Amino acid sequence: MSAWRRLHVKVRRAHGLFTSRRVTEQYTWMYGPSTLGQNLSTGKPLRNDFFKELEAQLAAMRKKAADALPGSSWSPFDINPNLPPERADIVIIGGGVMGWSIAYWLKQKERVREGVKVIVVERDLTYSQASTVLSAGGIRQQFSLPENIHLSLASADFMRNINEHLGVLNEDPVDLQFNQSGYLFLASEEVAHIMEENYSTQRQVGAKVTLLSPTQLKEKFPWINTDGVALASYGLENEGWFDPWSLLNAFRRKAMSMGVIQCCGEVTDFKYTVQMPKGLEYQMVECAIVVNAAGAFSGKLAEMLGISSNPKDTIAGTPVPVEPRKRYIYVVHCPDGPGLDTPFLIDYSGMYFRREGLGGNYITGASPKEADEPDTSNLEVDHQFFEDSVWPRLAYRVPAFEKLKVTSAWAGFYDYNTFDQNGIIGDHPVINNMYFATGFSGHGLQQSPAAGRAVAELILDGNFKTLDMRGLGFRRIMAQEPILERNIL
Amino acid sequence: MLLSWRGQLRRKGIMRKNAYYDFTQRLYGSDIAAAFYILSLKGGFRFVGQSDWFRADQRGKFNWDFLNHKDTPLEEVDMSYTVINYRGLDNLEGQQSLRTLALRGCPEVDDWFLARLHVFEDSLEELDISHCPRITTGGLAALRNLKGLRRLDLSSLPGISSPGLVVILLEEMLPQCQIIATGYDYSIKQHGGEEEVQR
Repeated sequence: MSAWRRLHVKVRRAHGLFTSRRVTEQYTWMYGPSTLGQNLSTGKPLRNDFFKELEAQLAAMRKKAADALPGSSWSPFDINPNLPPERADIVIIGGGVMGWSIAYWLKQKERVREGVKVIVVERDLTYSQASTVLSAGGIRQQFSLPENIHLSLASADFMRNINEHLGVLNEDPVDLQFNQSGYLFLASEEVAHIMEENYSTQRQVGAKVTLLSPTQLKEKFPWINTDGVALASYGLENEGWFDPWSLLNAFRRKAMSMGVIQCCGEVTDFKYTVQMPKGLEYQMVECAIVVNAAGAFSGKLAEMLGISSNPKDTIAGTPVPVEPRKRYIYVVHCPDGPGLDTPFLIDYSGMYFRREGLGGNYITGASPKEADEPDTSNLEVDHQFFEDSVWPRLAYRVPAFEKLKVTSAWAGFYDYNTFDQNGIIGDHPVINNMYFATGFSGHGLQQSPAAGRAVAELILDGNFKTLDMRGLGFRRIMAQEPILERNIL
Repeated sequence: MLLSWRGQLRRKGIMRKNAYYDFTQRLYGSDIAAAFYILSLKGGFRFVGQSDWFRADQRGKFNWDFLNHKDTPLEEVDMSYTVINYRGLDNLEGQQSLRTLALRGCPEVDDWFLARLHVFEDSLEELDISHCPRITTGGLAALRNLKGLRRLDLSSLPGISSPGLVVILLEEMLPQCQIIATGYDYSIKQHGGEEEVQR
């Protein structure tokens, strides 16, 4: 009997070399509290680790072989792994929603796997001063320029199918928290005819907008004071607001999963290549194409190209007319305010507000006049501006807002195009490997998916394929022909 | 890669089912095309003036008698548990006398779909969007245009975070509408206070 048992034991031990340790537990259970199942497991862990280490070592060998071949960026002196690689195909300066949108579309459109090596350079990874995350997050199609309407419509289509475009396997689906509440523009007597013309342009291009008379407006939104309003334009579909940080992160996550390299650094020089410091270290990056998506700071970046050293009247001397302009947003709480159907209301006096969440909070602000543009050296909020310019207009338009409390406020920069307040999408006339996607003056976020696609088409296909954005190119700045948007915010 | 292909194939299948029935529309008119679309997706409908419903059974077979009623608009549409999505509404857009729309348990109905329902703003009286997983509060704000709505069913929507508050706000937004919202846990959580202290 015991001989048979010992035989059984030997067979078990042999199996134990190749199977998991669970055999010993089974073993002890079967043979009860006997002493047989105690120390037969000493040999097994060593064997298991050998196979695991083998896998790791083979992977390391493969990596070494790949690095040794030409085309990899391995160098024996690996001083700082956080520096950008020495060579890249396309460098995108600016890691806001526009920059990451361009990076995503470039990777989406490349026809060969790892065909273009894209780097996105962002100076501040906390995004403390970036316009993207400080924006109110609205999207509308109520523009007067057909190009702008096309860009917004295409971006809304993109956001509708965002999980198809930006969904990454094994990660959570993208949730933009899109509120489909529409925009409501109010026009006084003087500008009502402009609103009607804009309405017909918008309808022609395909935006779903409707015009409301003051009586219809009062019926639909009883909390509005319709004094002074001659006409209102209301978006029915594809308009509302969303969370800009989610969009930025969605673009970033998808682009990085497709192989875009993110670098933290600041571009300081353009001597034939892009040079970036990081702290005190410099890294020259040789690249073929540079995309300026630096937002509010694009003008300053373009000056580094040495444009201002050329005479003012020449083509090479035209500066990029983008500068930062500070705008304030105030969060107010009003318990008796308008309810769930509050649209993003924009008054003809320049004041705007929208609902935020379900707790009676609203976000409001106003455009200052040209003469009193606030100082742009910092992002401090001027609360006096709210008392003087925003609250009176807000209380006039919505009487319920006479009793409210400002709970919080912040300031952000518009990448203000001083020329005509519309985006600049295209290449530079003289420096033909520099592309621009900047100057959107407050509607960059809502146009970012479509504008990113336009720039990617320009770079990879040579021409605009889906939407024709030649009207928004640099040419109009050289020729001094502004295309002004009527009724801008 | 195989997983992403599987996802793409599934999406393409849904898009194909929801494509615009242009050919049918040109031959038979938009009402018959809408009816054909609904039956192909295994839904059901009722014409204006008729009292019996046309439905497709589990295997997708349906009665072709609906072809006899040319140019009769649809009054009630039941697309529960089908894969109707935003693009599918292209087929139903012309229906100006649509009074009831049932979209119970549709996995592809999301906020953008609700926003597009504004095309039925004059006629729609009953809307049932219960058990649709993709609807969130932002989409419910889009229902503001449906001024004729009398009955709205919002039961068991997993995407809404504070259902009690949302129902109250919707009742304010649509004063003549009766809102049914069952299947939510409205009880005040007892552990809420303790959690706050621990944090």
